[in-house]
Amino acid sequence: MKNGFLIRKNQYYDSVFLMGFNSRIMGTKGVQQSAVLMATDTNKEVLVNLGFHSADFQTATPNDLIIAVIADTQSVLNELFANVDHSLTEVRGTKTVSNLHSLSEALEAKPAANLTVISVPGEFAAYEAKKSLEAGVNVFLFSDNVPVEDEISLKKYAYEHGLLVMGPDCGTSLLQGIGIGFANSVRKGNIGAIAAAGTGLQEFTCMVHNQGYGISHAIGAGGRDLSDAVIGLTTLSALDILDQDSKTDVIAIIAKLPGEKSLGLLIEKIKQCRTPVIGCFLGIRNSIDGEEVIFKRAKTIDEAVFLAIRQIDKERSTSPEPMPPLPLKSGYTPQRWLPEQRYLRGIFAGGTFCYQSQEILNKMGIDINSNAPLDKHLKLQHPDFSKEHTIVDMGDDFYTIGKPHPMIDSTQRKLRILKEANDPQVAILLLDFILGYNSSEDPVGKLVDSIQAAQKIFNKRGGHLTVVASICGTDGDSQDITMQTKLLNEAGVVVFNSNAQATEYCGNLINGGLRR
Amino acid sequence: MNDKIFELLNQPLIVINLGLNKFAEALESQKVDVIHVDWKPPAGGDKEMIDLLDNLL
Repeated sequence: MKNGFLIRKNQYYDSVFLMGFNSRIMGTKGVQQSAVLMATDTNKEVLVNLGFHSADFQTATPNDLIIAVIADTQSVLNELFANVDHSLTEVRGTKTVSNLHSLSEALEAKPAANLTVISVPGEFAAYEAKKSLEAGVNVFLFSDNVPVEDEISLKKYAYEHGLLVMGPDCGTSLLQGIGIGFANSVRKGNIGAIAAAGTGLQEFTCMVHNQGYGISHAIGAGGRDLSDAVIGLTTLSALDILDQDSKTDVIAIIAKLPGEKSLGLLIEKIKQCRTPVIGCFLGIRNSIDGEEVIFKRAKTIDEAVFLAIRQIDKERSTSPEPMPPLPLKSGYTPQRWLPEQRYLRGIFAGGTFCYQSQEILNKMGIDINSNAPLDKHLKLQHPDFSKEHTIVDMGDDFYTIGKPHPMIDSTQRKLRILKEANDPQVAILLLDFILGYNSSEDPVGKLVDSIQAAQKIFNKRGGHLTVVASICGTDGDSQDITMQTKLLNEAGVVVFNSNAQATEYCGNLINGGLRR
Repeated sequence: MNDKIFELLNQPLIVINLGLNKFAEALESQKVDVIHVDWKPPAGGDKEMIDLLDNLL
């Protein structure tokens, strides 16, 4: 085995481009492992972990591209490196390159800009966000790994100057029907929404659309906004503007584990709202002061959708019909589990889904271990190693530093599914698939081979792997929700159109069949 | 409250995109007025220099 690397000075590429280029290198015959990275300190550590020597790229800066490869022979490396520049040009394609190189230049070119979307590496994100706010332009901050002190300082500035900072670590917003970041094609309507991060907002807006209703605006506040450090500065501003918005007739707030102080401030703000508010606070088990009086409380995202629709359409007094499990391939029976098959493994791209599933299963009497646990006693010792019933948030920082999110790149989820299949104690695999703008163009297609490979491993043992999935998307999304569902059905997967329904189905399987 | 925040809800969005080119393309596909910046880490990614520049701003 030979390893080698190449540095291209002053060639900066974004993480999605690097992912595409890395896939191309990994597809080269004779290549065992490759990493295509910008030379940030974090990425240099990744290379050291792969077995490269830090001294070799000590002088490289975050503007420099590093291509590191482990191959079968030296000649594979030589040929690959000889063609690197040509390959880079090919992957770059015919896309026009912007002639603007900084935010200042862009602000001069678009003096009427009202929003800056920032997805640069976290260590530089606050610097750019600050410049945008100082120019009087709102910010959608997708970047994660932004220090909390920077978040507080940006949000205080925004709050004091009548601006909005959505994020950091904000995946989704839908403003005036326009999807920003990871968002879905959703019709306009009169339901407003505010959520911490991404998938909770995507699930809510998709379900509203799929029930025939629409969204006025859905605002992502950032994963830490309702922590007691940040005290919900963005959520409070968002609630203010939605309350004053003539197109919004009801507001749903979806949050996971809000801090006590933040929740108190939020409830005080809700009291002042003229617009009815629905609150879905995942991870809060006790009753909240004012629930059912000043706001209606929903236990799940599905219930928040139902309550919001009922608020604007009084005739819809019954619960939306849950989508029944689609027909299964013949021969499917949970009874085919072997006696040692006892546990559920959830391998998720969506952080909010990870919380919601834990909450639902917990209420059904099932303890779930996780890298993002609702109960800290159930935190996995290491995110890579599942224990008994486990749900892993693969969008957690541990998996995304220097790498694209699993909603874009399914490589890490694929590997994890196969890893779980090698544990004979697993009985159920629970997955989420998220469609929409900026997500993988074929999320199911990218994972279906590993699902089938996992099923084969269990069949060989004489057992059976039950695979359950939820799809978050609409008929307007480019990925074709019908085709994605069909692909899962053909692989014998039980498919639901909400994470809550898929989770409840798994809970019933566990309580009905696995507790033996 | 400043008008700027209300523009997000009531005026056509005019967006500057810094980072993933894909995000600008998705906005363009929704007919949003967006410009993409060919962004590179400022000051060659030297954090001390960035802090110095930051203080000068």
